[in-house]
Amino acid sequence: MVEVDSVLAEHGRAAAGTSSAAAAPAGRGAVELRRLTKRYGEETVVDSVDAAIAPGEFFSLLGPSGSGKTTTLMMVAGFVRPDGGAILVDGEDIAPVPPQKRGLGMVFQNYALFPHLNVFENVAFPLRARGWGKAAVGERVRGALDLVRLGRFADRYASQLSGGQQQRVALARAIVFHPPIVLMDEPLGALDKNLRFEMQVEIRDIQQRLGMTMLYVTHDQEEAMSMSDRIAIMNRGRIVQLGRPAEVYERPADPFVGRFLGEANLIEGIVAAPLGEIARLRLASGQELRAPRGNSRSGARGMLFIRPEQVEIMPGAAAPGDPGANVLVGTVRRCSFLGNILRYAVDVDGASVTVDRQNAAGAAPLPPGAPVMLRWPVADSLIFPAEG
Amino acid sequence: MTVAAGSRAPARMRRDLTVLLLLPAAAILVFLFLVPLVFFFLRTFAEFDGTTAQFVAQARGLLLSTPFLTALATTNWIALIVTVTVLLVGYPIAYYLTTATGFGMRAAVLSIVLPYFTSIIVRTFSWMVLLGEHGLVNDVLRATGLIARPLPLMYNRLGVLIGMSYVLLPYMVLTLYAAMRAIDPALLRAAAGLGASGFYTFRRVYFPLSLPGILSGALIVYILSIGFFITPALMGGQHDIMVAMLIDRELEVAVDWPSAALMSLALLLVTLVLYIFYYRITDIRRLIGAR
Repeated sequence: MVEVDSVLAEHGRAAAGTSSAAAAPAGRGAVELRRLTKRYGEETVVDSVDAAIAPGEFFSLLGPSGSGKTTTLMMVAGFVRPDGGAILVDGEDIAPVPPQKRGLGMVFQNYALFPHLNVFENVAFPLRARGWGKAAVGERVRGALDLVRLGRFADRYASQLSGGQQQRVALARAIVFHPPIVLMDEPLGALDKNLRFEMQVEIRDIQQRLGMTMLYVTHDQEEAMSMSDRIAIMNRGRIVQLGRPAEVYERPADPFVGRFLGEANLIEGIVAAPLGEIARLRLASGQELRAPRGNSRSGARGMLFIRPEQVEIMPGAAAPGDPGANVLVGTVRRCSFLGNILRYAVDVDGASVTVDRQNAAGAAPLPPGAPVMLRWPVADSLIFPAEG
Repeated sequence: MTVAAGSRAPARMRRDLTVLLLLPAAAILVFLFLVPLVFFFLRTFAEFDGTTAQFVAQARGLLLSTPFLTALATTNWIALIVTVTVLLVGYPIAYYLTTATGFGMRAAVLSIVLPYFTSIIVRTFSWMVLLGEHGLVNDVLRATGLIARPLPLMYNRLGVLIGMSYVLLPYMVLTLYAAMRAIDPALLRAAAGLGASGFYTFRRVYFPLSLPGILSGALIVYILSIGFFITPALMGGQHDIMVAMLIDRELEVAVDWPSAALMSLALLLVTLVLYIFYYRITDIRRLIGAR
């Protein structure tokens, strides 16, 4: 670690701060997207996207394939020409600037390492392209390789490296010239799960220490949540929600976001007249659920959102009154063992509610058919209008 | 153990059987090429009257004679110029083919491949129509008043070079095209994204990655060039005697089979040496990981 720290110290000016948005390297690296739009024929693949990314922020574009996240990134990189809107870097419109003059660091899907160059020359590429002298190139490349712990592999070719090592070379190549902004397009997509987690930590760590702005594209919600300062969730070319990971996870803007970010219960019913600041949803069984008042109209069909881990599950059918909690009775349909958690499917008048319990040592799972009571805080619930 | 052995045995058998697919090609090669060749050499050398020492002396005299060495030098010099010309002309065409779509692509492919399917004699005579003293090129140039006398475009070195370059161009273009198609466009995009200008990207990424194609194409063209006969015979002048023409002359005019066989053998050896280079290079291509 000492070695790595000295390498980082060498990165000097950039390594000023460690907290996210505050660690602006001399205030450079702000990115603003203004009504950014891209159409392919009839289809609008990026639809009026707005986002303001602060210097030093780790910002993720998260969405399913075809949501427009990669196209958005490619417009920032300069490989795709926008049909509308603007991209501002530190306040300046970069529309007329070609990709090679934008000065962005880039990590590509599948790395795009040069097969005819060894690791050293791959990492040196951005510096040589900028006409750096030999000594400066050597020093900077060795620093970047030490940073990604590949110092010993300088003479190898990409074909002789493992997937994780290739990923590190791509990372070193992207940051070697200290770009204020780094773009990454699904950089961990090709790695297996354990390696992916390791690289997430490493990328986040390097980003924090160098204080660079990161624009990161992924379809993996856990990856986005664990690394990002803020996440923009995209669907069908639009940003459907933008916020901190906890915000978007706990208070999704719509059922799509709720489901995309993790397991979600969406219990259907008819929206009843609100009581003060509390919205109510009546289920087919006549049971009533409550949530903080949202934008749902009374009388319309609606869905109540609650995360499985927020729901308490207790044996027994008795339902003690509690004004701060939603309570449902049902029977256990199935219990799946997922290692750290037990996932129950509970039948509530024909509808299935998912409940996650920590797998505590010695706790016997409730058997199928057992009558249970479900309870969760009203404050953690949301009511959405029914889809379609 | 039994499972492993059981799964391996059919795999080995399949491989053994796939070798049989080569049989027809091998039969053609052996009976229509190797056997006649060996037979030709044996017959001609067997017919030689005299001792082995006399034979060696005569062979040395022939292969070190001025006409043969001159022809060999001319052959290699022409082959070299043709190869370079074809490379310079073919590289941009091949690159265009990798990027073009639609009509431009179809037109370019057609104009490269169609001549490839046409007989060399037909193509050579076409050039003679164009380049002759009263050919199209000279007529047009004279009609426009650019020149007063017809330019000597044919029956000289220039005619040989033009004709051979044209005939061999498709080999170069198609070889280069295959190599260029294998270059991942993501690498060019990566280079631009990392700050490289178009020229720098070409110099450091595109050109090196197309190098195996250049070497393969150059060797194919060179190997074909040194055995060329029809085009130089029809379009060349007195000073453009290539080895193949010399061999033909020994057979047709002098009826000296041993000399023709010796010269053929020498030409074959040069070709084989070049082929070994070619084979090595295709290996190198795999080594650097180009697909």
